[in-house]
Amino acid sequence: MTTKLLALIPLLPLVAAAVTSGFQCGRRAAAVAIAALLGSCIIALAAFPLAWAQGPQEHLTFDIPWLTVGETTINFGFVLDPLTGVMLAMVTFIGLLIFIYSISYMKNDSRMARFFCYLSLFAAGMLGLILANSLLLLFMCWEIVGLASYLLISFWFHKPAAAAAGKKAFIVTRIGDLGLFIGLLLAFKTTGTLSFYDEGQGGLLEAPMGATVLGFNAAAVISLLLFFGAVGKSGQLPLHVWLPDAMEGPTPVSALIHAATMVAAGVFLVARTHPLFELGNTLPVVAWTGAFTALVAALIALGQYDLKRILAYSTISQLGLMMVGLGVGGVAVGMFHLLMHAFFKALLFLGAGSIIHGCHEEQDIRKMGGVWNSMRITSVAYLCGTAALVAFPFTSGFFSKDEILAGAWANEWSKPIFWIAAAVSLLTAVYMTRQCLYVFAGTHRGEQEPHESHKVMTVPLVLLAVFSLGLGVLVHEQVLNNLPRVAATHKTIVVVVSVAVALGGIMLGWLVYRGRKLGADSDPLAIAPLREKLWFDELYAATIGRAWVVLTIIWEQLNELMLFLRDLVVAMARWVSNLFAETGDRKLIDSLAFDGMCDTLRGVGRLAARTQHGFLPGYLRVIAFGAVALGLLVYLMK
Amino acid sequence: MTLEHCLILSAVLFCIGLFGVLTRRNAIVVLFSIEIMLNAANLNFIAFWRYSENPTLLHGPLFALFAIAVAAAEVAVGLALVIAVYRHFKTVDLEKLDTLKEE
Repeated sequence: MTTKLLALIPLLPLVAAAVTSGFQCGRRAAAVAIAALLGSCIIALAAFPLAWAQGPQEHLTFDIPWLTVGETTINFGFVLDPLTGVMLAMVTFIGLLIFIYSISYMKNDSRMARFFCYLSLFAAGMLGLILANSLLLLFMCWEIVGLASYLLISFWFHKPAAAAAGKKAFIVTRIGDLGLFIGLLLAFKTTGTLSFYDEGQGGLLEAPMGATVLGFNAAAVISLLLFFGAVGKSGQLPLHVWLPDAMEGPTPVSALIHAATMVAAGVFLVARTHPLFELGNTLPVVAWTGAFTALVAALIALGQYDLKRILAYSTISQLGLMMVGLGVGGVAVGMFHLLMHAFFKALLFLGAGSIIHGCHEEQDIRKMGGVWNSMRITSVAYLCGTAALVAFPFTSGFFSKDEILAGAWANEWSKPIFWIAAAVSLLTAVYMTRQCLYVFAGTHRGEQEPHESHKVMTVPLVLLAVFSLGLGVLVHEQVLNNLPRVAATHKTIVVVVSVAVALGGIMLGWLVYRGRKLGADSDPLAIAPLREKLWFDELYAATIGRAWVVLTIIWEQLNELMLFLRDLVVAMARWVSNLFAETGDRKLIDSLAFDGMCDTLRGVGRLAARTQHGFLPGYLRVIAFGAVALGLLVYLMK
Repeated sequence: MTLEHCLILSAVLFCIGLFGVLTRRNAIVVLFSIEIMLNAANLNFIAFWRYSENPTLLHGPLFALFAIAVAAAEVAVGLALVIAVYRHFKTVDLEKLDTLKEE
């Protein structure tokens, strides 16, 4: 494995993005994009054994010096360790499936070529982010995926809601990125390097960070700032508001970017810089933020009617659980849930896309129903994904959630988090049961009958369904052992609670919605606060938005003041310059000094010239006068 | 009649001549005036000789005769000049003859 070969992984999709940006034909663009990602996928899988062979504390690095400033060299490079390996494999594989799915989903869109261009750009950024051995490279790729996310959310920019959602996503995540960027600068200031690993030569995550920032432990400050970036990207409280709105984008985008990969970038960042969090003792912050996010998002999901919005809140909730896993159980636990979640959430979103497609672009679950009868393959796949999400025993979600719960139970301080996570699991089961009953049970409530989607869409669904059900059993031992983690013993209570909340939640949902007339406005769980997403948007509009308006007004006034001062200064300058120009230059130098001297000279000259009149008797007169004067003088002197 | 009377007469003559030279415009009149001044000078020669200690030496008349001769030559040249000037400028008015002044 060489640096060049590794560089190909993100570069292939990047080149594909560049090439397809000029395409008009959607199918050709799709072919190029898929070929490029397939290449990346093959290289990634080839690199996988090497990455996997590294122990939890070993990291293969491939660095190239990028720029040298004085004594400091900033390296760009890649790191190969199990963390990179699994993420690479997951992103390229799921990305490939979603690319294929998009061919069918976007086939009637006139800008299909552009769609694949953006998707390739996103894949390039995401793969670079995963491979990066430098915080700077990671940050750059982080921004690329942010840009791609913005472009894809507002892909249907003619819809005002989509355009607004794109803007919202960009701005809200930018708030988090600011934290990440400050953290990056602080890390560079403190350690003088931006490489994560440097073969034991004092990389960012290798050197013990003893320095302090403003009296606080540097590692704590930096890790919290990095975590703030992760909060923005991964939709954690309080910056989660953009993620549900991001569902305005095409469904494959929701699946790829806003469920499986990009939103996981925040979790991945925390996993990558996990040593910093351990050093700074800030893991409880991560765990508590995740727990609250998970709980709030799961509650809101109960009250939503939009199929994709429910899944979006579910994603936020699951991302919160990943943060909990990172906080209480180490990299392995959080990453394991991330991987499993990527599969089953991609499945759910693609399934949702298929259902929406089949129901003639209807997203409101109140107008669905009876989909089971007409879309059998999609329905089965969707139920598999649901089972994984609600952690039905022995599906992949069960193993990963079990690890999180066990990790939370293992520490004394995280006992409350354990109960929160259990409650979240219960709520997850309830809202997924509710959703499935709305969508699949009964008879269709829409106007046109749903129809099954094309094979290009269903084949990825089936593949993902298989992975969602089976992957957990196959890989959970390896993933947990190969990534660093805090070993937690599985107490009986944990397993019992885990199974009980999953099954209990399904039961609860069944009992609440059984025999109810779905579609009417009589949903017992969709109470106003949950329907209105706990008024987070309104709260932000009333506080930050209002403060912003006030600030704007103040700045406007300050601006006016500045303009006035500017005018004043200009007037004064003009007055002074006039003074110099008029009095100094024109009057003193021009008139008095220059012209005056000229006039004087000319006058003197004229005077002198007057004696030279050429009138001979005149000269003679002067001579006579002189002679007389001389005579008088002689006479008087005597 | 004493020397003083003669000197005063000669001074008056000289002044009349000088006045004529300085004020007259006609070149010929100016020549006349110059002659008057010369004769005033000649009168001085004669007067100083007449009232000198040794009048037998004929210094004064000699000088006067010499001056008259020179004056005659001078008048000849002067009149010739006046004619030449007249031919050139078509005038003998001295006020018009200001070509010494650079125009």
